[in-house]
Amino acid sequence: MLKKRLIPVLLLQNGLLVRSELFKIHQIIGNPFYEAQRFNEWNVDELVYLDITRAGGYDLRRDDHKVRGLGDPLGILDAVAKTCFMPLTWGGRIRSVEDMRERFSRGADKITINTSAFRTPEMITEGAKAFGSQAIVVSIDALRHPDGRAEVFVDGGTTPAGKTPGGWAREVEGRGAGEILLQSIDRDGTGRGYDAELIAEVSSAVTIPVIACSGVGRFEDYAAGVKAGASAVAAANIWHFTELTDRQGKRALTRAGVEVRLPQATKRQS
Amino acid sequence: MKQTIAIIDYGVGNLTSVVNAFLALGHEAFVARRSDELGRATHLVLPGVGAFGDGMQKLQRAGWVETLGVEVKEKGKPFLGICLGMQLLATTGTEHGVHSGLSWIPGIVERLSPSDPGLRVPHIGWNDVRFARREGLYAGLGETDVFYFVHSYVLKPSEPSVVNGVCFYGADFVASVEVGNIRGTQYHPEKSQKAGLKVLENFARMAA
Repeated sequence: MLKKRLIPVLLLQNGLLVRSELFKIHQIIGNPFYEAQRFNEWNVDELVYLDITRAGGYDLRRDDHKVRGLGDPLGILDAVAKTCFMPLTWGGRIRSVEDMRERFSRGADKITINTSAFRTPEMITEGAKAFGSQAIVVSIDALRHPDGRAEVFVDGGTTPAGKTPGGWAREVEGRGAGEILLQSIDRDGTGRGYDAELIAEVSSAVTIPVIACSGVGRFEDYAAGVKAGASAVAAANIWHFTELTDRQGKRALTRAGVEVRLPQATKRQS
Repeated sequence: MKQTIAIIDYGVGNLTSVVNAFLALGHEAFVARRSDELGRATHLVLPGVGAFGDGMQKLQRAGWVETLGVEVKEKGKPFLGICLGMQLLATTGTEHGVHSGLSWIPGIVERLSPSDPGLRVPHIGWNDVRFARREGLYAGLGETDVFYFVHSYVLKPSEPSVVNGVCFYGADFVASVEVGNIRGTQYHPEKSQKAGLKVLENFARMAA
């Protein structure tokens, strides 16, 4: 049976791994190279890297990481791809089909676009034609206003796009997107659990898989994402400060009756 | 033993991850861009993402078909087709019109059509493969394991004995085939973590 996927989302800013809160506060938590190896050893289902560096070059402001190539975001992709034998999605600062091609040639299996998809939606279709729909993931960042209305935002959560998440999701599917990565700006980093209403709105609007993200504070939160209609459940912060994050997340999903891929399934043998 | 694996670049899909997987297993792996590069390889891999007709056309255009015939059929080098690379082994493909394949494995490639409307096509994600034989590609694994799939079409061989792995998505379909030195996987072993690396290592261990 096809499994529900459990996915760590890793955020990169200025070449370092960060945790994020409400899309505004970013705390440095480490070196992306070592983290990728750790996740690979954990046998996780899939990895998503998002480079959320704002415009301009990298400003490392510290020299204690002692790893070459941190100044080059795609150098990180090269290094990650060497030890990553699972589907790898790369997002951030992709502005053209050529930018996509470069990421695929360095080992990404899928790319994800957000602001570019909104400003130049033709890029979705061109990317799908060149690399197949399965390789084009559109990220949607939504903010729930105080009156309960959800709206799509772009530019790292700073610019309102004037679209409903469901409507925009349907449009990107029509243009050739193969998957949607759905984030909630107001749940980001809060640990309050997913915005289930948002996930249900988007999942029911499209037939392509939806990856739910933002808000997971406890392993029990994942099941609510699946129940709301997501094909895969993702989180960022919970992976960083807890032990055995993959195994415990999978156990919580199994307890809730969701079929997942259990990492210990593969018999160890040399 | 360290093997030399050629990953065939016929302009279809991303080859980096297949190369990286064999390198991580300690083998020599290279991307073959011309058919005359296959001579120095001990093992050949035909990857590929995309449509059947387009893939076959690209394979024919650069002279790959003849060279593969010599290296695989005559010299008997171990061969692995991945995803579209496995489907191209069939006699006939039916994606965007009817096309002839390599015809190494008699059979037809048809679209997945799960009767349950809740099952989405393409079939994307991790799914169980039941092994018909726990040898060859599946030596050292259990009775089943979980692999990563991304596809809309499946190979239906006319001779059931070539099937060595079966997956269920609304109905059973062929997840892998094995005939002599020729093997194919519908799933992506290079993206299937430890189980996938084990399959690739088993392939690399096969003697010509």
